[in-house]
This record gives sequence, C-alpha cells and structure tokens, in this order.
Amino acid sequence: MSTRIFEGFKFAKLHTPIHTMDPRAKFLMIMVVFAVSLMFTNVLILAVILVAQIPLIYLGKSMKRWAGSMKGGLLLASLIFVMNLVTGSSFTYSLAMTVRFLALLSSFSIFFMTTSPDDLGLALQQAHVPYTLCFTFTTAVRLVPTMAVDAQTVIDAQKSRGLELDKGNLFKRIRNYIPILIPLIVSAIRRSIELAEALESRAFGVTSKRQSLIVLQMKRSDYLAMAVSGLLLFLALWVSLYVQLPSFEIPFQLPRLWQI
Amino acid sequence: MAENLRFAYPNGIEVLHSVDLRIQDGDFIAIMGENGAGKTTLVKTFNGLLKPTDGRVLVDDVDTRKTSVASLARSVGLVFQNPDHQLFCETVRDEVSYSLRNFGYTPDVIEKRVRSILETLDLMPYVDSSPFMLSGGERKRVALASVLVWNPKHIVLDEPTIGQDYQQKDRLRNFIVQLTAQGTTVIIVTHDVEFVAECKPRVVLLSRGKIIADGKAEEILTDDAVTSSASLLRPQISILFSSLAGLPHDVIDVYSARVVVNKMIRGRK
Repeated sequence: MSTRIFEGFKFAKLHTPIHTMDPRAKFLMIMVVFAVSLMFTNVLILAVILVAQIPLIYLGKSMKRWAGSMKGGLLLASLIFVMNLVTGSSFTYSLAMTVRFLALLSSFSIFFMTTSPDDLGLALQQAHVPYTLCFTFTTAVRLVPTMAVDAQTVIDAQKSRGLELDKGNLFKRIRNYIPILIPLIVSAIRRSIELAEALESRAFGVTSKRQSLIVLQMKRSDYLAMAVSGLLLFLALWVSLYVQLPSFEIPFQLPRLWQI
Repeated sequence: MAENLRFAYPNGIEVLHSVDLRIQDGDFIAIMGENGAGKTTLVKTFNGLLKPTDGRVLVDDVDTRKTSVASLARSVGLVFQNPDHQLFCETVRDEVSYSLRNFGYTPDVIEKRVRSILETLDLMPYVDSSPFMLSGGERKRVALASVLVWNPKHIVLDEPTIGQDYQQKDRLRNFIVQLTAQGTTVIIVTHDVEFVAECKPRVVLLSRGKIIADGKAEEILTDDAVTSSASLLRPQISILFSSLAGLPHDVIDVYSARVVVNKMIRGRK
C-alpha cells in the first residue's frame, strides 16, 4: 500500500492564480465540476470534464502531485470499472463511471492542493458556521498527512513482525489489513483525546464570539471565476436537456452472471 | 554490516551519507545522535524496510535488497519506538504470539515461548488483558515482548527506555546483558545517556547522517567535543568527576565511581 496518494490532496504553499483565489469562489468552481460530472453519463462529456481540469492544475503548478493522486486512484478506478462490467453494465457505461470517478477525484485534488486549511476555516467562519465545527474541519484536513505518516510507520512495524500484506487469496489479503487498521484507528483516537485535552487546557471555547484578524475578500477575478462557473453550469444543464449527444458505444458486454 | 550506505527518501532528501558500519554477532551497540540525525532511518535499513539508494547492507552475508522484509525479520527483530503503532490484538497473549503465528510455529511451542517472555518482562499478570488498557510503559514492554518472543539473532530496539521507570530500566538492562551473553546482537537507538553509561555498550554517534564517532562508551561519552556535536550531554557522574581535580576522567557510571571513590577513601585512612 502506498501512502503517496495523500500527496495529491496535501496543501502546498505556492503563489499561483489558483492558490490566491478566494476559497469560496474555488469551492463553487469545484462544486460545478462535481454537479456537471453527476449530470452526464456520456463518456465523451465526462472525458472533456476531466481534461478541462488539466489547465487549472497546470496553472496551479501542481501537475506532479496531481499525477500522484491519479496514480493512487487508479486502483479504485479499475475496481469501479471491473465491478460495473461484472454486474452487467456495458463497456461504455463502465468506462464512463470510471472517468467520472477520476474527474471527481481530480477536482477534489485541485481544491485541497491549492487551498490552505486556514483559508478554508476562514471561509466557513465567514459563512457563519459555528467556530467549533470550522475548527474540527480544519483540524481533520490538517491531520491527513500526519495520518499518512502514521500509516507508513504501522505498516513498517507490522512488516517487522512478519506480516506479508500481499500474501494469500483475496480474503486473506483483506484480513492482512486488520493489523494495520486497528493501530491506526486506536492511535487516531488517542491523538484526538490528547488534542482535546490540550485545547481545553488552553481555554478553547471561552469566548463565544470570535474575531478574525484576516477577513476574506472577493477580488474581481474571483467574481469572474464564479460567473464563468455559473455559465458553464447553465450550459451543461441546457446540453443535458435539449441537445442530442452523439452516442459512442463499444459493443462489448460480459455475459450476465446473475440477474439484478 | 553497512557498506558505504546512502539513503534518500522518495522526496529526494538524503538522510544517510555514506555510512560504514560493521557489527559483529553478539555485539552490543548504542546508536546515539541528535533528533533527525538519521538513527531510525539507519536501523530501518537493517531489516530491509528501507533499501539503500546506494551502497549495501549485509545481514549474515545476505544483501537486504535481494530478500524480503518477512524473511529478514526472522533474524533481525526491530522494536519500534511507539507501541501504539503495532498493538492490535484483544489480549496480550494474542499480541505476543502474532509473529510466531506468522512464522508458522506450532501452538504448544507458541504457548511455551509466550509464557517465558512474558515472565521475563514482568507481564504475566496481564496475559489476558487488552493491550490497550495497559499503561504506556507496559504497552512498550508488550511491544518488546512481541518481537523478542521469536528469539531473533539480532535485535534492534528504538528508544527502549522511554516511559519506563528506573526499576524497569534496570530490568531491561539486565535482560539486554543476558541476551548479549547468549550471543544475540543488540542494537539500541537512544537519547538516554545515563542508561548507556550504565550498560557500557559500543557507542556509535550519528550526526546529520554521518557517523562522527564509534568506540567504547567510556571514551565517547567523556569527550566534550564529540558529545556536544551530537547534541548530547555527558553522564552526570562524568561531569562531576571531570570537574573535581585528581579523579579519572573515564568514569561514567555510579558503580565504577564507587570503586574509585572507595579506593581513595581507603588510601587516605
């Protein structure tokens, strides 16, 4: 198991147009990608959605890490493909679902790679989300890389005790992950208890009304990005309702093993 | 044995720069050095968890790059710093027997070995308890037991004294002495100068990925220049003895200090 997939969701402090975008505008943009991907099952459109994100990633100077998250997602993507095929979907549909997964994965990857957890917390706070919730959210995001390091350590520790992850049949292989998951969960719980105690001893939650030093402000480019996103959403709606899309079929289907 | 060992993590940062280290069977070695010196990275190359990016590591004449961690683990037991990274079973008994089951031992051998190691490490009262309900120090000993139980020929302990009270440290020291007497190689990674001073192993000082000193504990731990470059302080007895005129400078533990002081007192009478 590689923990490299997390790299593709980790924030890196860079100075690019994507990084300096207002987190709310960026979130809207990602949500549009999200919604549009769920609107279509046409593989060509989904492929366009996936490919259209690449210039954004290039602009955000995060190509390499994005490629890492894609590589990490390939395993799950192939699982989605195979499961669709096995349960009787057509080849094209299975392919479409796989591309949809990659498009969604990549949009989240862009968002988290280019938005600092602090900005995200600020955005939530300014949207009047209660501070404790904002804090929980930013902490969770921030702990992902720590958990990734932990996971690697646990894997190393269990390998040193003779665990062989890729040994045995499918069920044995799944069972092999128990010695990894339990220590990971237990140490996460322990860590959260410690964190809670540390926070409380530093008077967390004493003032109910918090002020913020930095106040997020939308720039003209942010409004532009939001407008373009909105337009694209309407365009997508229009296409999905009124345009006859060219169908693209690969006549291949596994024989149905069972009836669902 | 490590030959011209270099190691860089995938992000390109080289942590170990041409480390040469020869360890004989039955040696007792303490690897010391500042935080981030590369101690843990170095010991992870010993059982093949990390493969050298350059140079090689030979364990019993086998190149670690040419074999699996699982097969190396049989001869090199590595106990990690934080027990929470490995405990996962419902009872201490299951936890300690886990690796024996991995290596395919028979149930009666497993039972015998588990019992013996739990007795040695003072864990017998907890045999049916959940490892998660134990105190930090006890969990640490369970982790230790779960590796020592298969009698690896070489043992690497990463920070074994953290969270242990003085009595347990003393027990650990005696246990290590026992192991080395049986011909087991023991390598400890530690910051605990006093513990090392009492054990008197061969000390290897690592600083910024390089070995800066390698020799007897009495020589290295009393050398100010060397210890300070690895962010260490000399043992308390050594500081005391070197600040008093007329006392030998290579005394690092209470026991040998007592011998010296006793001699002086008798000489005065």
